[in-house]
Amino acid sequence: MIPVSHVLTLSAILFTIGVSGVILRRNAIVVFMCIELMLNGVNLGFIGFAYGMQSMTGVMFMFFVLIVAAAEAVIGLAIILAIFRNKGTVDIEEINLLRW
Amino acid sequence: MEMQLIFFYVFAVLSVGGALSVLLFRSPVYCAMALVGTFGFLSAIFILLNSEFVAAIQLLIYAGAIMVLFLFVIMLLNLRTDKSPGLTWSLPKLLGVAVSIGILSQMIGVINSPAAKIGPKDIFSPQYLDEKGSVKVIGEILFTDYVLPFEIISVLLMVAVIGAVIIAKRHDTDSGGEG
Amino acid sequence: MDAILEILVNPAVQAILKIAVIVMGFVMLTGTVLTLMERKWMSAVQDRLGPNRANVGRFTGHGILHIAADGLKSIFKEDTIPEGADRVIFTIAPFFALFASIVIWAIIPFAAPIGGFTFQITDVDIGILLVLAVTSMGVYGAVLAGWCSNNKFAMLGATRATAQMLSYEIFLGLSLVGVFMVNGSVTVSTLVENQNTYWFDGLIPKWGVFTQPLAFVLFFTAMLAEMKRLPFDAPEGESEIIAGYFLEYSGMRWSTFMLAEYLAIVGTAGLTVTLFFGGYHIPWLFADGFHLFGWILELPVWLVALLQIGAFITKTIFFCWLVIILRWTIPRFRFDQIMELGWKKMLPLALANVMVTALVLLAIDHWQAG
Repeated sequence: MIPVSHVLTLSAILFTIGVSGVILRRNAIVVFMCIELMLNGVNLGFIGFAYGMQSMTGVMFMFFVLIVAAAEAVIGLAIILAIFRNKGTVDIEEINLLRW
Repeated sequence: MEMQLIFFYVFAVLSVGGALSVLLFRSPVYCAMALVGTFGFLSAIFILLNSEFVAAIQLLIYAGAIMVLFLFVIMLLNLRTDKSPGLTWSLPKLLGVAVSIGILSQMIGVINSPAAKIGPKDIFSPQYLDEKGSVKVIGEILFTDYVLPFEIISVLLMVAVIGAVIIAKRHDTDSGGEG
Repeated sequence: MDAILEILVNPAVQAILKIAVIVMGFVMLTGTVLTLMERKWMSAVQDRLGPNRANVGRFTGHGILHIAADGLKSIFKEDTIPEGADRVIFTIAPFFALFASIVIWAIIPFAAPIGGFTFQITDVDIGILLVLAVTSMGVYGAVLAGWCSNNKFAMLGATRATAQMLSYEIFLGLSLVGVFMVNGSVTVSTLVENQNTYWFDGLIPKWGVFTQPLAFVLFFTAMLAEMKRLPFDAPEGESEIIAGYFLEYSGMRWSTFMLAEYLAIVGTAGLTVTLFFGGYHIPWLFADGFHLFGWILELPVWLVALLQIGAFITKTIFFCWLVIILRWTIPRFRFDQIMELGWKKMLPLALANVMVTALVLLAIDHWQAG
C-alpha cells in the first residue's frame, strides 16, 4: 500500500516544477510543455485520491482533465504557429505588441 | 519495505528528474523527450496505483498524441538551434518562483499534517475492480453518472478541432507577402 | 531436478522464459527470414529468381545464406553520423521503432492455456489498449530520426510520417471499438476464446472477420499505414525523397530500422490473426478434440496445444505474405491521397461501423429479451 500523502506530495512537486517552468522559460513551446506538466501533476493528485478513497470520481476527473489538455494543446500549438508566421519567433519576451 | 513502495519511490524520483530536465534543457526537442519520459514514469506510477486503464490512456494520449504534436510543431518551425538561453533570471521571475516554492512547502505541510485523513470512502476496492474488470467499471460510470460532462467534453473537442483549423490555416488573401 | 522445477514454477521466471522463446525464437527469427523472403517473393512476382549467389563453397541454399551475408555486411559497415546531426537522439531513435514493434507480442497468445500455464507472456486486463498505447510510441522513431539527421529529405520524411501515423492511429482505435463492443471486453484471452463459439449449431465459427468484416478491412489498412508499408510508404518513398526519415543512417543503425519494419510486419500479422482470424483456434477444435455435427475425434492435450501453435504460426505467416504481396501489387499513394483516404473515407466508415454495431447489438438484446 502506497501512502496517499506521498502521491500527493509528488503531484505538488510536479505542479511546482511546471509553474516554475512557465515563469522562467522564454520559448513558447516549452512554456506549453510546462503547462502540460502542471496538468499531469494535477492528474496524479486525482488518481492518488481515487486510490486512497477507493472511488472512481478521481479517475473520471482525470479523463476530463486529459481531454481538456488535448484540446488546449491543439489550440495552443495552432496559435503558436500563427504567431510564428507573423513574427518569425516563438520567444515570448519578443511577442509584446500589447505591452505598455 | 514492500516492492510496490520501492517501485513507487524509484518512479517518483525518475519523474521529478524528467520534469526538472524539461525545465533545464535548452533544446525544445530535448525538453519534449524529457516530458515524454516523465509521462512514461507517471503511467508506471498509475499502474502501481491500480489504474491500468488510466496508465494506458496516459501513454496513448499524452505520450502518443499530444507530445508528437509538439514535436511536429517544433519540426515545422525548425527550432533546432535554440538561440535564446534556456533560463533567464530577473527579479520578478525569481520572486514568482519563490512564491510558488513557498506554496509548495505549504501544500506539503497540509498534505502530511495528521488532520488530513484519506481512507476508503467508496466500494471500488482493488478486489472489486479485479472481479468486475476495471475497464468495464469505468465504462459503466462514465456512461451513466458522468454522461453529461462526457457529451459536453465531446463538443469541446469538436470546437477545438475547428478552431485549430481556422487559426492555423494560411489565409489566401495575404499569400502575396511573407505567407 | 526438483530445484529446477521449483525455479520453473516461479511466475517471474516463466515470464522471462516466455519472452525469450517468443521474441527470440519466433518473432526475431520470422522477421529476419522475412527480409530474404520479401526479396524472393518480389522476384517471383516479377518473374525472376531473386538473390541466390551468397555461398559457402558449393552450398547456396536457394539464397538462405543472404541473411547471414546481410547481417555481416551491416556489422562491418562504418556507422556514420552526419555533421550537424544531434548525436544523442541519432543514436536512440532506431530503438523507439524497434521497441514498439516488439512489445505487441507481450499479449498475443500462441495456444489455449493448459492448467495454470498460459502460452502468452501476460494477459493484462486492458489487453489491446496496451498495444495501442505502445505502438503509438513507434512514431517517435520516425520523427526523431528525421529531425536529428540534419537533412531536408529526412525532415520531409519525418513530417510525412508524423502526419500519417498520427491520423491512422485514430482510425486504428476506432476500427477496434466495434470488436470490443461485440465481445464486451478488451482482454485478449476473452477476445480469442469468444472466437471459438459458433453460429448454426457449431457450423460457422464466430471469427472477428465474420462478426466485424468492415472493422477488419479498416484495421488492416490502418495497420499498413502505421508501419509505413506500401501503398502507404510516402514517408520513405524512394523515388521522391530517397529513403525519407532514415536516409542518413548506415550500418547497424540502419539495420535496426529495417529489422523494426519487418518485426512490425510480423506483429501486425499476429495481431490481425488474434483479433480477426480466431487467434490460435482451428475451427471445430476444442480442448478435447474436434467436434462437428455431433461427430467427435478425441485428441490428447499436448497434441491440441501443438496443433494450435502450428495454426497460429501458419496464419501469421500467411498474413506476412499478404502484406508483402500487397507491396508488390499496389503502387504508392500520393501523400494527399493518403490523407484523403484517411479523413474522408476511413473515418466516416469507422464511425458508421461503430453506430451499426451498436444498433445491431441493441436489436439482438431487445429480441432476446422478448
